[in-house]
Amino acid sequence: MAPKVKLPKPGELSQIDFKTPATDWMDTPVEFKPGTYCWGSKEKDLLTLGLPNPRQWSPADEDWKIPEGWETTILDGIAERLSKYRSFKLFMDICVRCGACADKCHFYIATGDPKNMPVLRAELIRSVYKKYFTKSGKFLGRLAGARELNMDVLKEWWSYFFQCTECRRCSVFCPYGIDQAEVTIIGRELLNLVGLNIDWISGPAAACYMKGNHLGLEPHAITGNIESMCDDIEDITGIRVNPTFNRKGAEIMFVTPSGDLLGEPGVYTCMGYLMLFHELGLDYTWSTYASEGGNFGFFTSNDTAKRLNYKIYAEAKRLGVKYIIGGECGHMWRVLNQYMDTWHGPADFLEVPVSPITGTVFENAKSTKMIHISEFTADLIKHKKLNLDPTRNDHLKVTFHDSCNPSRGMGLLDEPREVIKAVCNNFYEMPENTIREKTFCCGSGSGLNASENMEQRMRGGFPRANAVKYVKEKHGVNMLANICAVDRAALPALMDYWNPGVGVTGVTELVANALVMKGEKERTTNLRFEDLPGKGGNE
Amino acid sequence: MKVLFSFLTVIVLIIIAIMGASITNLHYVFGIIIPYVALIMFVGGFISRVIKWGRSPVPFRIPTTIGQQKSLPWIKQNKIENPTSAFGVIVRMAMEVLFFRSLFRNTQTELREGKNGPILAYGSAKWLWLGSLFFHWSFLIIIVRHLRLFLEPIPFFVQLLESVDGMLQIGLPSIYLTDLFILVAVTFLFLRRVCIPRIKYISLPADFFPLFMIMSVAISGILMRYFYKVDLIAVKQLAIGLATFQPVLPSGIGPMFFIHIFLVSVLFAYFPMSKLMHMGGIFMSPTRNMISNNRMVRHINPWNPVVEVHTYEQYEDEFRVKMKKAGIPVEKE
Repeated sequence: MAPKVKLPKPGELSQIDFKTPATDWMDTPVEFKPGTYCWGSKEKDLLTLGLPNPRQWSPADEDWKIPEGWETTILDGIAERLSKYRSFKLFMDICVRCGACADKCHFYIATGDPKNMPVLRAELIRSVYKKYFTKSGKFLGRLAGARELNMDVLKEWWSYFFQCTECRRCSVFCPYGIDQAEVTIIGRELLNLVGLNIDWISGPAAACYMKGNHLGLEPHAITGNIESMCDDIEDITGIRVNPTFNRKGAEIMFVTPSGDLLGEPGVYTCMGYLMLFHELGLDYTWSTYASEGGNFGFFTSNDTAKRLNYKIYAEAKRLGVKYIIGGECGHMWRVLNQYMDTWHGPADFLEVPVSPITGTVFENAKSTKMIHISEFTADLIKHKKLNLDPTRNDHLKVTFHDSCNPSRGMGLLDEPREVIKAVCNNFYEMPENTIREKTFCCGSGSGLNASENMEQRMRGGFPRANAVKYVKEKHGVNMLANICAVDRAALPALMDYWNPGVGVTGVTELVANALVMKGEKERTTNLRFEDLPGKGGNE
Repeated sequence: MKVLFSFLTVIVLIIIAIMGASITNLHYVFGIIIPYVALIMFVGGFISRVIKWGRSPVPFRIPTTIGQQKSLPWIKQNKIENPTSAFGVIVRMAMEVLFFRSLFRNTQTELREGKNGPILAYGSAKWLWLGSLFFHWSFLIIIVRHLRLFLEPIPFFVQLLESVDGMLQIGLPSIYLTDLFILVAVTFLFLRRVCIPRIKYISLPADFFPLFMIMSVAISGILMRYFYKVDLIAVKQLAIGLATFQPVLPSGIGPMFFIHIFLVSVLFAYFPMSKLMHMGGIFMSPTRNMISNNRMVRHINPWNPVVEVHTYEQYEDEFRVKMKKAGIPVEKE
């Protein structure tokens, strides 16, 4: 482990130099500055996952211990992916370098490093593609924008493909829809062929493979954590919630990111699920085997993602449930929405989701049979099935951060807003260019929410934080709501850094605070054991 | 350097063109053989590139959703930017291809120091959109106008287009608006490549070369029309000959024509091996041309791999004791 690096002050970090380097980007070597990159993946995790080239290594070392002949491995890998993904082939060929994507990337905005422009990030791999797979590149070389693959290029890939959070914001602005997330996904697959991943991804992925969740919580730890949440719920509401685990014959299986099971503020969101489902009398079960909604395999390779995702349908089938509800998570929903059914469908052992409370048929999930908690809750609210007291959230001035993946890989925009507006009286939107489909990443997505790269995370989250600052100053916003476990893990640090005083909450936590449960005692605190407005002693 | 290289390449091409035009013996090569070779390279190259793209499957349905999804009945879906019907996709693609919808969204990020620290602002930035739109539409109209040379009688829509394009009625022959627009737009596209530092930084010779080529084609065309006039009847004879595959080479066409047609030929021959293929590629872009009905209809991946998984049985075998102790039901006691 390298020594802990000091995080620069916000005033230093916001001095961003947009001057382009004096040297051409092909001649500008990659720099590994402590605080801006993640540790390399560990040997044991690659062994668990059966991924290539397991060994101990450090990005800070000169020698990355890459096996002889790695160039062939990478080039064959490119060839294979060109034949498997039209997206990749097309995106390599049609970019005109108009630059519309450049200042749309949070990492470019906050670092000024030209290689963080999506166009140039793609060019890192496109230049190699040209050299080995196009005639113009073979003959004209650098004039055609082509270059040889060598160790410096490989290191540069590793650096910049792990400085992209696969947020897809660039693809919104690209006139051809070129999606840098797709290029990064494939770039990372190629890197994994020679054993180059980051610890923060391969660690959780290995844990998820063996134990069912990224945190590596064993079955008794999951039930234990949830039991203690139930104790807290009882203290606050006087109601004992009794969730079930791995129960066969339940109507619904509930899957959420394991980030909700441990650590604040995720656990409050989890308590929210427990209270909501209890109040509804929902016939549902948790699973300790399929105890992860998220998928860090998605940040490794398509195969790894598929291997991790397998558990969800397999467990739903084993338990014999009718359909699945998924919790609040970002990339989890990109995977569930755009990949799961293709990988492991058809889910013909499940039924089209029907809300047992409102009778609403979720036709939009008639194939995958998996619905989002915000869809489920928004439907309940519309049909007035919840007894809500939004004044309990009156001390909060709330804004909503759209997570990248549900926005640009799904389009889940209004459902969480409907929920928030029903449970909070004070809701304020951030500026138009920073929300909904144009939302800015938290800066820590796609497996980059480690601690050793804190400086880079604070940079990456700068555009998001700056938009929060705007509503904080204008409306006094003090709570940043979201529907993503990575957000709940990453945004508190981001807010403490850029906007001290702004808290972070899951949407379902807000719901549970406003939810008036049947037979509850008069609540004096919220789920965080903070006094409720007008109810506590030290108002 | 990159600019200079592209510029010099185009200059060399122009010199070749002038040589060809000034040596009468070469007129057959420059007027007939080279255009045919260019045509073959363009059509063949274009088709083969599209086939190459088409041969790679689309394993996942990955539209970029740029608006509200279809979910609950009372939530208004964005049927164009998050389309769940083929019609929605057609409208979405038409908006992209005809009006450059995504480029219209363009913003410009500004970082400034406010009294309470840094402020990031996102201003509207429509110049690139406007420049590109003028450029592409002018190009298209100019190509359509050229149909008058290949068709007899001249179709009505070509005549209409010409009269609209020439509605200023300045000069004789009257100036076409599109001739002005394309020159202005190409100049704009060039200037932003050299004046905006980050755009300059990402630009390759392959970005400047087509701009210079198009500029030279446009300028040679304009020179031919207004200054170094050519025998239009002879040109039309040649054009119809080319179009009907019965090539004839009338005499006395005028050298400017050979310069123009050579540059056009080079541009067309170059087209399929360059970034200009975005013209064909945009239609195939999976983030734009797919129906966003992921949870409604299963998408099939033709190479969906069989992967090794960690089964429930393996999981229970490892944790059975702990599970029983925690009161979690197990399959095997």
